[in-house]
Amino acid sequence: MENQIDLTVDGGRRTLSVDTRTTLLDALRETLGVTSPKKGCDHGQCGACTVLLDGRRVTSCLTFAVAQDGSEVVTADGVHDGDDLHPVQEALVEHDGFQCGYCTPGQVCSAIGMLDEAKAGWPSHVTEDLRAGIELDEEEIRERMSGNLCRCGAYTGIVAALAEVARGETGRGTDEEARA
Amino acid sequence: MNPFDYERASDARGAVAAVAARPDAQFLGGGTNLVDHMKLGVAQPGMLVDVTRLPFDSVEARPEGGVRVGGMMRNSELAADPLIREWYPVLAQALLAGASGQLRNLATTGGNLLQRTRCPYFQDLTTPCNKREPGSGCSALHGWNRDHAVLGGSSECVAVHPSDLAVALTALDAVVRLQSPGHDRGLPVHSLYKLPEDDPSHDTVLEHGELITAVDLPEASPHTRSAYRKVRDRASFAFALSSVAAVVEVADGVVQSARIALGGVATVPWRASRAEEVLRGAPATEETFRAAADAELEAAEPLRHNEFKVALTRNTIVAVLRDLAAAEEGSG
Amino acid sequence: MTGVGSADSVGTAVRRLDGPLKVTGNARYAAEQPETEPLYAHLIQSTVARGRVSSIETAEAEAVEGVAGVLTRHNAPALASTEDPEMRVLQSDEVAYRGQIVAVVLAGSAHVATQAANLVRVEYAESEHDVELPDGDSSRLVDAGIDSDVDTGGVDEAWESAQARVDVTCTTPLEHNNPMEPHATVATWADGQLTLHDSTQGVHATRSAVEALFGLEHVRVISPYVGGGFGSKGLPHAPLVAAGLAAMAFPGRAVKVTVTRQQMFTLVGHRPATVQRLRLAADHSGRLVSLSHDIAVSASRVKDYVEQAGAPSGTMYASPQRRIRHRMAELDLPAPTWMRAPGECPGMFGLEVAVDELAEQCGMDPIDFRIRNEPETDPSSGLPFSSRNLLRCLQVGAERFGWGERSWRRGRGQHGIGVASAAFPAFQIPGSRARIVFTGERYRVEIGAADIGTGTWTALAQIAADALEVPLDDVDLRIGDTALPKASLAGGSSGLASWGGTVTEAAREFRDEHGKDPVDGAETTSKMPRNPDAGQYSMHAFGAQFAEVRVDADTGEIRVPRMLGVFAAGRIVNPRTARSQLVGGMIMGVSMALHEHSALDPRFGHVVNHDFAGYHIASNADVGDVEATWVDEHDPHVNSVGVKGIGEVGIVGAAPAIANAAYAATGVRVRDLPLTLDSFLR
Repeated sequence: MENQIDLTVDGGRRTLSVDTRTTLLDALRETLGVTSPKKGCDHGQCGACTVLLDGRRVTSCLTFAVAQDGSEVVTADGVHDGDDLHPVQEALVEHDGFQCGYCTPGQVCSAIGMLDEAKAGWPSHVTEDLRAGIELDEEEIRERMSGNLCRCGAYTGIVAALAEVARGETGRGTDEEARA
Repeated sequence: MNPFDYERASDARGAVAAVAARPDAQFLGGGTNLVDHMKLGVAQPGMLVDVTRLPFDSVEARPEGGVRVGGMMRNSELAADPLIREWYPVLAQALLAGASGQLRNLATTGGNLLQRTRCPYFQDLTTPCNKREPGSGCSALHGWNRDHAVLGGSSECVAVHPSDLAVALTALDAVVRLQSPGHDRGLPVHSLYKLPEDDPSHDTVLEHGELITAVDLPEASPHTRSAYRKVRDRASFAFALSSVAAVVEVADGVVQSARIALGGVATVPWRASRAEEVLRGAPATEETFRAAADAELEAAEPLRHNEFKVALTRNTIVAVLRDLAAAEEGSG
Repeated sequence: MTGVGSADSVGTAVRRLDGPLKVTGNARYAAEQPETEPLYAHLIQSTVARGRVSSIETAEAEAVEGVAGVLTRHNAPALASTEDPEMRVLQSDEVAYRGQIVAVVLAGSAHVATQAANLVRVEYAESEHDVELPDGDSSRLVDAGIDSDVDTGGVDEAWESAQARVDVTCTTPLEHNNPMEPHATVATWADGQLTLHDSTQGVHATRSAVEALFGLEHVRVISPYVGGGFGSKGLPHAPLVAAGLAAMAFPGRAVKVTVTRQQMFTLVGHRPATVQRLRLAADHSGRLVSLSHDIAVSASRVKDYVEQAGAPSGTMYASPQRRIRHRMAELDLPAPTWMRAPGECPGMFGLEVAVDELAEQCGMDPIDFRIRNEPETDPSSGLPFSSRNLLRCLQVGAERFGWGERSWRRGRGQHGIGVASAAFPAFQIPGSRARIVFTGERYRVEIGAADIGTGTWTALAQIAADALEVPLDDVDLRIGDTALPKASLAGGSSGLASWGGTVTEAAREFRDEHGKDPVDGAETTSKMPRNPDAGQYSMHAFGAQFAEVRVDADTGEIRVPRMLGVFAAGRIVNPRTARSQLVGGMIMGVSMALHEHSALDPRFGHVVNHDFAGYHIASNADVGDVEATWVDEHDPHVNSVGVKGIGEVGIVGAAPAIANAAYAATGVRVRDLPLTLDSFLR
């Protein structure tokens, strides 16, 4: 049962015809050839397929493309400007926060979504005081990134990278220290 | 996966009518469970009515007290809502203990409540399962049942209800608002679910076509404290081996009121009424908490691989009550 | 050519050269090849564990619009070789394990293939099956035929009369590699050539296997980016055969076979289960007098594979009396395979838990106990070690981790630290070749090597740059394609040692032939030089693992907030990627220690928890502060590049360090993996 839908993918408007059974992940990978989001489990259990859907991180394997008609999708390939990587991507390369690279685009999208969630003050499972603000320390990052499994075990690099990005976004002092 | 029709609902009445009209139609919420099950072949709807864009996506204070949570509200937004964080910490904690950030961004309140068991035999079409295929037998009863129920099971089914949210709502005495093909109605959360008994195929008492549009939380007393503790194998992103939701009021060293629900150990979100009875009016001591837990778990019927859940749940109940009582003392 | 003369790349922490491609998602993995109208395969698996297919009805499936066909044993092309039962796909009606491929549905889209698969009717004549590894006393265990098994004859007597002794049984469960990228193959049969985009640890190894299986001469395997393997992608498995058969049945069309996560639990190998009885005895001074390691492993009737868990007991400790014995139970299980540090990893769990227990019996610090029992030569071969810096690792680690006398004594609290040793053989696989071509501006270095996340793209380029004495930028490395010179596979932590030696030799010969100012197009192909010291020395990487464990007093939840691994692994080519590999191994060790367990249901013969929700691997929140470091080690014997390999030694010893720490924390000795909270509940 084919349906015509519109998606904005990494900034470009795409019109495509999809079977109702086609997940957003398969529409991206198989129909549009956008293979940045990966298929690691196809059941929402690994996070490799994470994309930003209308600005929020979601597992693209668990939503039907037809249900996202009109939505905006951003993958890890849509957040850099040519060779100019997104700060999250740059930090992951610097801290070697990946090995085989298969979970990595999902980690990137998840991290970007996670940083926005923290900025909006959303608490997490490890947030001590639900009424207070969020300090994105390593424990918070670990918990918030736990929906993205990495079999290579690059977690320490991922956490170091994201802690650096979080500091850069919140603590202006860090930048000044770096310049001084 | 079999082909299916898809319709995006524009109003609740129409959505209910559309599903009610077709026996093989289902509502589509966040999809985190339904899409999963469709891929596995566990669910084979011929039509999906997408209700995610219906205007039930906010938390509102009710004039008569308490708050109304929209049925389409995403788990992540609900957990982050200031009213929930301030007045219903047990609920925020339960949501945040569930799944992952990217799943909570998809999952809805109504969908979460109606998610089905994660029993691996239920999810595997090649093994018998009474819940999936009535009369085929229960593979878990004498199989790998470490994750299964010690409370509320039957010889037909010992699958655990997986929701964290439902456990917190059970302890909060929340009421589910339903838009129905017939008369709209409200249902206490604990009455929503049915024990497997001799028919595990239906998890709830909902009629075909009934839609959860909201969940009403009763007014939170400024004197009560609440908490959700989830115990699991992994530190994150795992279903509960055991979880405890507690809403408790302690004054002058005495338990004034206690509402407790258990997750991960029962076939339904489990209201621990026996424990509550023991607690009510009793001194807020470790002995009382232990007696309450034991009273509740007396009925436990562990299976081959999950006997540990009895001690685990007892200890977790005691730990949660101890922490809440200590917090009470600290603030007093 | 101004760059010639520099040789300072090796040893520097160069960022991954493939980093930008990976963080943007532009590195293309096997299933991501753009193909015109490919066929998608759905693998139908047997639902009985033993027996035969008595009938199979495909007409209804074939009638579904978009279905190209259904392959079964009736219409599948015949294989040229059916020697390997694991690879005998669709060649007979025999079913040897639950989940075996019995049909392949091919359609223009994946959901049509899946939909049609539900319409294929398969009937079985079922036989009795057995998938359970019995305990060590069972008569169902047969000798596993391991050459290195040893019995000095006096083990029992020495044990009986010793002052301190332990007799313990440790178990490790069935485990699955589960790389994040599921195994995948895109196969195309055209003009007498089979082309495979395959997720593999070795393109040439895969080509050889496929050529033999299909009786072909022209097979090309392409695999520049691989989403992890950890052994399961070392050799091809049944899904690749299915892809090849389907491609030959539909000439000219690309056939995509992507193994589902659930299928990863049957079709691409696993680490066998072990039951290990260890009887260790020491004299009054804490010196081992007897070491017996009796191992029972699960084996499969479809694959000749034994998990050699006794290996560490051959290398680690001096003991006058030693017995190492492997027995196996041949079961109706899918084929096992290598999983990160096969043999060493589960074997070191048993050995290092038992050593911890014996040290306690002797009233000794477990590190002192290990120092006391350090062998001068390899106990199994009698050969000198090419280098062995285990004790330095233990000492450096003790200092850095804050090890002290109090820390190893059993406490009544919920917090403790533990230690275990690590070791893994330093292999070098002969037979690789490399070609160097000067292209006018850069040196193209060609070798059919693999990067499965290990960092080959970067580290091998560094070795080539130094060997050519040019800046790293001047090297244009090409790997992952059988169109390139033949290379050994990425397995046994042998990759960089083997390919690095080959590339270094090629660079030397290139300079000999073409000098420092080669003409455009100058080209040299060389093969890996023979190591004159091979067979003269016992060659291993070593390490010391330290773990801190916390156990919740109420719930028994066990967490590992801190780990340190100190390794002696020869020359470290790239500290950045090396650290990642070692830390990654340790984290997989945390996962093994706390989570991993493929639960078999003996009635059905399958792994029940066959997905990532049921089969837990460590999540980010499970991993605390994990640090890996190394001691300087110059090993002149191990190979021409001085590299020992680090892909596997990082996981060895991690689980026993955690188990020993858990004991120190709680006084509860857990000898069965994984360590779950139920063991610590009070």
